[in-house]
Amino acid sequence: MSDLTRLTAAELADKIHTGEVSAAETTQAHLDRIAAVDGDVHAFLHVDAEGALEAARAVDADIAAGTAPASPLAGVPLALKDVLTTKGVPTTCGSKTLEGWLPPYDATVTRRLREAGVPILGKTNMDEFAMGSSTENSAYGPTRNPWDLGRIPGGSGGGSSASLAAYEAPLAIGTDTGGSIRQPAAVTATVGVKPTYGGVSRYGLVAFSSSLDQAGPCGRTVLDAALLHEVIAGHDPMDATSVDAPVPAVVDAARQGARGDLSGVKVGVVREFSGEGYQGGVLRSFETAVAQLKELGAEVVEVSCPNFTYALPAYYLIAPSECSSNLARFDAMRYGLRVADDGSHSAEEVMSLTREEGFGAEVKRRVMLGTYALSSGYYDAYYGSAQKVRTLITRDFAAAFEQVDVLVSPTTPVTPFKLGEKVDDPLAMYLNDICSIPANLAGNAAMSVPSGLSEEDGLPVGLQIMAPALADDRLYRVGAAYEAARGPVLDKLGELEASK
Amino acid sequence: MTTTAELMDYAEVVERYDPVLGLEVHVELSTNTKMFCGCPNSFGGDPNTHVCPVCLGLPGALPVVNGTAVESAIRIGLALNCDIAEWCRFARKNYFYPDMPKNFQTSQYDEPIAFDGYIDVVLDDGEVVRVDIERAHMEEDTGKSLHVGGATGRIHGAEHSLLDYNRAGVPLIEIVTKPITGMGERAPEVARAYVTALRDLLRAMDVSDVRMDQGSLRCDANVSLMPKGASEFGTRTETKNVNSLRSVERAVRHEMTRHAAILADGGSIKQETRHFQEADGTTAAGRTKETAEDYRYFPEPDLVPIAPTREWVEQLRATIPEMPWERRKRIQDDWNLTDEELRDLVNTGAIDLVAATVDAGATQADARSWWVQYLNQQATSRETELADLAITPAQVARVIELVGSGELTNKLARQVVDGVLDGEGDPDQVIEKRGLKVVSDDSALLAAVDEALAAQPDVADKIRGGKVQAAGAIVGAVMKATKGQADAARVRELILERVGA
Amino acid sequence: MSNISRDEVAHLAKLARMAVTEEELDTFAGQLDQILDAVAKVGEVAGDDIPPTSHAVPLTNVFRPDEVRPGLSQDEALSGAPAAEEGRFRVPRILGEEQ
Repeated sequence: MSDLTRLTAAELADKIHTGEVSAAETTQAHLDRIAAVDGDVHAFLHVDAEGALEAARAVDADIAAGTAPASPLAGVPLALKDVLTTKGVPTTCGSKTLEGWLPPYDATVTRRLREAGVPILGKTNMDEFAMGSSTENSAYGPTRNPWDLGRIPGGSGGGSSASLAAYEAPLAIGTDTGGSIRQPAAVTATVGVKPTYGGVSRYGLVAFSSSLDQAGPCGRTVLDAALLHEVIAGHDPMDATSVDAPVPAVVDAARQGARGDLSGVKVGVVREFSGEGYQGGVLRSFETAVAQLKELGAEVVEVSCPNFTYALPAYYLIAPSECSSNLARFDAMRYGLRVADDGSHSAEEVMSLTREEGFGAEVKRRVMLGTYALSSGYYDAYYGSAQKVRTLITRDFAAAFEQVDVLVSPTTPVTPFKLGEKVDDPLAMYLNDICSIPANLAGNAAMSVPSGLSEEDGLPVGLQIMAPALADDRLYRVGAAYEAARGPVLDKLGELEASK
Repeated sequence: MTTTAELMDYAEVVERYDPVLGLEVHVELSTNTKMFCGCPNSFGGDPNTHVCPVCLGLPGALPVVNGTAVESAIRIGLALNCDIAEWCRFARKNYFYPDMPKNFQTSQYDEPIAFDGYIDVVLDDGEVVRVDIERAHMEEDTGKSLHVGGATGRIHGAEHSLLDYNRAGVPLIEIVTKPITGMGERAPEVARAYVTALRDLLRAMDVSDVRMDQGSLRCDANVSLMPKGASEFGTRTETKNVNSLRSVERAVRHEMTRHAAILADGGSIKQETRHFQEADGTTAAGRTKETAEDYRYFPEPDLVPIAPTREWVEQLRATIPEMPWERRKRIQDDWNLTDEELRDLVNTGAIDLVAATVDAGATQADARSWWVQYLNQQATSRETELADLAITPAQVARVIELVGSGELTNKLARQVVDGVLDGEGDPDQVIEKRGLKVVSDDSALLAAVDEALAAQPDVADKIRGGKVQAAGAIVGAVMKATKGQADAARVRELILERVGA
Repeated sequence: MSNISRDEVAHLAKLARMAVTEEELDTFAGQLDQILDAVAKVGEVAGDDIPPTSHAVPLTNVFRPDEVRPGLSQDEALSGAPAAEEGRFRVPRILGEEQ
């Protein structure tokens, strides 16, 4: 039974669709695994056993009736980041302010998963409103990295990546505003993809920074991520920023890549992503990865993107500015937490007291930072300038992609740090996103794929691959080729102590 | 707020000061759906039944622009002789208020869809004034709050409030004038005439209900004074809650007299929002804000820019109907009206009604006479607008037709119209119910004539003897017997026929 | 240095409707100062000739047809409300103006 949790999504789908195992027993196996290990990992904020089994049984009924499966992933269960709305199922965004809220509607991603027959195991832990790089900003306690329960699983989507690394789910959905899919993937040795902005609908994704947020697939293999990508991607009339274009053929690209031939592919190494602040083991892992790409037939050149060094400051103006406005709706009037409604306080006071009570320190910090950056008198110097940097970064990418098909870099400058280590030092925490942010600012597609363990601490390192907007398939081709050459990394993770 | 402001005599105000006006009009579009979601855009309804995740501001919901609302905005811009932006964006206006679900209003800031236009406004005496338009931009309406408890049921003193978001997200166009200067004593009248012209324009375009009483047309009036001959504008106040055309004029006039009294006394005007009070025609200061608002506008990231192609703009231009003032000119020519006749038509607000009555088959002279005279008197005595009278142009045309065919006398026709106005139904139904038709059936009349002649044989003899004028007494008797429904001329003919005179 | 004062932080908290504590004011003043100092770096390259980018994808004219779509029932709309009365959201007394 427990072997089912060790299979990839592609393998599970195959077994379910041929009737070898049922979707219900597959889902149950993962629910059992969650029950066994999640006390230690804390990847889930809410487990919806009933809903997941019901969806699984519907898939089994289809298969028994000889009906074609609703999708290539029908019956394969999934962990959903708690930032996407689920009708009638709690959605907290890791915040106290939404504790107990039951959305009256499904996000488009949620709806597509349901329509595809994907059972949703539950909602995964995250930094509050996706603000953070460690999942320590969750109001419901941190998620722990299955590689070392004393370390962070990355953030904001630490719950999704940890659920994969702990074999609690074969697939997960994350969201990525500055690296929240890729950095957790890197530090847990899993695969995470931030699709092109506009590739996956944001309808029902509780906004942190609207112009940067993008939901994407997470898996233990590149092919699994590709299968999930095709389920969730595509134009949505409910999202005005959704791109009305065919979904890139990412599954085909992953299968092609897995054959191990990258001849004719030009890979650019971003010169600016190395040096001070980068852990030695991370850089050496990256060098090895680049060498492997060459062995696969890729032509590797160094490219310079001089404005990338301004990406981090630009991000920490744009994202807080947008969040200060996006989070204004949490005001205790229509839903969510309300405190001090004792008849002695005005609506205005109840708003202020509730927001003080309902938001954690990082959220407050960013809301104030954004409020400041948008204020009259400061707008041009801060928000306005950050938007110009965004133009420069887009130009850097455009120039680089004139020369190469994809860019590569380490996903994060360091391996996962200890819980609590950076929690009081926001600037140090922000540096985790230094390599991942440019793709968000430009709207490009990017992936993190495991690139082994760092030699000095034995902890996971990720290789980031970046492709132009709407060329998500390139990520999968290069990622799958590299994955095949590199071999599995997650296999090196021993069984979690708690589960014996 | 309870102290009565000192006011200066109006004649003195305009002798010493030059007024500067700025008018901001909000128009609710009459689209099928809201600005950013597919909820029905309709007035009323049970609370919170025209809502969805988008207009309730639920976490995760996203706006998508209503294409028809954009078309209406562009058409309004074109009708106001504006330039249409080649590229513009929505922006978020950030401030907290419970009737605003997202705590920001999706609006347009420095990139309005339409800008730099004008409208020619006709004053009561026929003078034409050009009012320059600064901009027309798109935004969304807020929800409505109901204040519970407290003495007045209004916001002050309320214990709590109840919110209905049916109106939240309804498409609005905000039309802002450039400063209107040089109007002198006519400034209040210009303000009213401007809003009237705008209302007529929007109605002709069929883009809004333009009901000031229901809030689908709202006007905020900015007023300042500067000493006669000065060029630097004074400090302005912004008066809200102006709910009728008449109130626009009164509010401007009141603010002018209030400002003047303060300025003449050496005081200074506080830049503030004031509320018009319908009951006494004065304005009252709102709550003073502790800090200046800082709306932190920034481009709405959830909505992509709007870049109307020139082809699209030209297609929309072709759909703009004849403007009311152009139509007036044409009608004056077509109907061969004197300036005075046209002014009567315009002043009574009868022009569209007369035209519609003509379209329904009446002659313009008859139609004009009915609307400008009898119906206008009725509107006045019933304290309503001519257009709001409970009679349609088609009904008026039917009455005119019945008079023309002799089936109604003018006196009966007025009774029929009264019946329609009182809600008794169509003219024919009123005639039926009240039994008002002219008795034209000769046999019925003959019976009444014979009866009258038999009752007064001496008079009958006199007529027979050639004293034809004696027939008057018999006519009177017949009219009395038929309760005035007989055609007196025909009665006379029958009498003479009967006696063989 | 940006030197954001404690008073400015208090003003920001007020604008953002957060009743922060005295202790938080001190902490945030220090941290915001530090962060603003770091992010001010964007000014180094943001020349007058560089157009700003507000949207990552170059889309324009995305419109919805003016057709009614099913929304929420009154019960669904009010399902998350901290308090409701007569089909409406019940909120504490509102200060200020009627909008």
